[in-house]
Amino acid sequence: MKADPKGVLTGAIFIDGDHACAEGAIAAGCRFVAGYPITPSTEVVERIAERFPYIGGIFVQMEDEIASSIAIQGAVWAGKKAMTVTSGPGFSLMMEHIGLSAMTETPCVFVDVQRGGPSTGLPTLPGQADMMQARWGSHGDYGIIALCPNSPQECFDLTIKAFNLSEQYRVPVLLMMDECVGHMTERVFIPPAEEIDLYPRRYYEGNIEDYLPFKPDSDLVPPIVKAGDGYHIHVTGLTHDEKGYPVMTPVAQEKLVHRLVDKIRLNADKIVEYKEDEIEGAEVVVITYGITSRVAIPAIEQARKEGIKVGHFRLIVAWPFPEKRIREIAEKVKTFVVPEINYGQIVLEVERHSAGKARVKLVPHGGGSVHNPKDIYNTIKKSLEG
Amino acid sequence: MEENLAEIDESIPPNTVEEFLRMDRIPHIWCPGCGIGTTVNCFANALAQSQLDLKKVAVVSGIGCTGRVAGYINLDSFHTTHGRAIPFATGLKLANPELKVVVYSGDGDLTAIGGNHLIHAARRNVDLTVILINNFIYGMTGGQVAPTTPVSATASTTPYGNFEDPFNIPHLAASCGAVYVARWTAYHVRHVTKSIKEALMKKGFSLIEILAPCPTLYSRRNKLGDGLDQMIYYKENSEIRNDADTKTLGLTFQGKIIVGKFVDKDQPTYLDRMNEYYSSKFGNKFVPYKG
Repeated sequence: MKADPKGVLTGAIFIDGDHACAEGAIAAGCRFVAGYPITPSTEVVERIAERFPYIGGIFVQMEDEIASSIAIQGAVWAGKKAMTVTSGPGFSLMMEHIGLSAMTETPCVFVDVQRGGPSTGLPTLPGQADMMQARWGSHGDYGIIALCPNSPQECFDLTIKAFNLSEQYRVPVLLMMDECVGHMTERVFIPPAEEIDLYPRRYYEGNIEDYLPFKPDSDLVPPIVKAGDGYHIHVTGLTHDEKGYPVMTPVAQEKLVHRLVDKIRLNADKIVEYKEDEIEGAEVVVITYGITSRVAIPAIEQARKEGIKVGHFRLIVAWPFPEKRIREIAEKVKTFVVPEINYGQIVLEVERHSAGKARVKLVPHGGGSVHNPKDIYNTIKKSLEG
Repeated sequence: MEENLAEIDESIPPNTVEEFLRMDRIPHIWCPGCGIGTTVNCFANALAQSQLDLKKVAVVSGIGCTGRVAGYINLDSFHTTHGRAIPFATGLKLANPELKVVVYSGDGDLTAIGGNHLIHAARRNVDLTVILINNFIYGMTGGQVAPTTPVSATASTTPYGNFEDPFNIPHLAASCGAVYVARWTAYHVRHVTKSIKEALMKKGFSLIEILAPCPTLYSRRNKLGDGLDQMIYYKENSEIRNDADTKTLGLTFQGKIIVGKFVDKDQPTYLDRMNEYYSSKFGNKFVPYKG
């Protein structure tokens, strides 16, 4: 289906990443947003609060992030597309409800504009240290999808993609922005509504008597219904059977949780997205995401000028991780260089999937600014020595 | 003999509550003498009397013994996370204002871990009906002290008795802006039914506190006998005082219980206020929100 033209501000506009994210959500058909103010994400909900009265949406500033992250799930079961927006401390508070969304297969979008942590950390300055929390932060086993925009344009595009993926796989999708991308102002092109493809909610279309709320289709995703349509559905965070009823047995656990994990694992080839630049023939491949993908460019160019064959691999979808592609590249290159604004998170995945075939060098950064490209350049250079 | 068992005894009237229950999930998990099932009976009767379209009624529960209610009610029902039934219900209601949304949960769930959401939903006057079962204890986890445990009552985490003051729940709800506030006990089945029906018909944030026996973990540990003994206590110590000043409604250990309807007023709901405010602000540029 196509976007509703009512909400789409077609044309080229000059806005920051937070505002672009809000416009992406509106274009994606999101009409329910619940949030709690937190720097550096607040501009997203400020724009939503300004825009929604004109387009029939509802924004509620809830009492905290815990409330926000479950209010959106209530809204989804009433038939809305819904989103919440936060940063580090609020993201920590939302973890239980990322688990609830995964367990009850409630499609919704969580935006985390990452800042320096842990705890209150650096409210106004960038970080990329929530990447593992995004993947593993809620208790138990489950699958999620996480996207990493590196520009205001991508904040717009990937917010739409986040909604589409959440509808397609009925999972929480996390948009992992960072303070730099959120507050960076650039030209954003918003296409006409008829050029914006939306993945429609997978509503059940069979007989009401035959409906089993958690019986999956062949791609492991069950069709959904909404409250008020007469299905008398039961939705619980407890381990449940296809009927949605609680069943406290290892057999039920295996059946349900295995599917929740496989839903992403087995569809990973369709979900992963990355951008490659001069990977063929490279000795060193720099793996980046978010703002760091742009900071690495001068370092890569400098090294290339000096004759080093450097490839650049940018993660657009961070979770599921493109492990197959990393395994292939690891067979051919000497070294992976991974700059990230943390002390080693995504680099662990690179190490795991290169499985000793290629060396892996982290370029760590504690947060508060971006890398100095020199540090990335030096690591590229050193990585070929010895 | 077996053939006789299969026959329907015409002298037993049909159970009118059954159509409101997920009979394929019965027997339920509640202990003999527990008061929660009694309140569910009242709720089902209130629903029947209310003539509401059952397609449009949803029940949202948190976690705990009362949290299991959502799982037994044959309506759209949501068993959410601990303490968060109200914000889930807020999302459900605001996203589709046609739904009648009932929050059915316990004292620990709604006033301890969920206390923040309770006060803010009352403040916003979100159109929700909250049925709060107060058994003075965390039943599901084994009888720990709650923000409702009376002073001197023993709980598993207050082995020498509780010294913290409990919440006065009707006063809390009323002072935060609830438009309908009542308290009853599981003994007062007719009053409970009537009160739930009134609350279902009410627009805005309604709260009914229902005291209910927990014979397994509260009565036994406090040497108060079984469920029946607790019902006798309710019967002998309750005083109906409608419109009582909510300040006077604090509960003490095995003391007097003031029951009744304390607040019943009309006030615009969250959505009424939003639509009214934006309409006055933006005129016809504003699209009144209908879900």
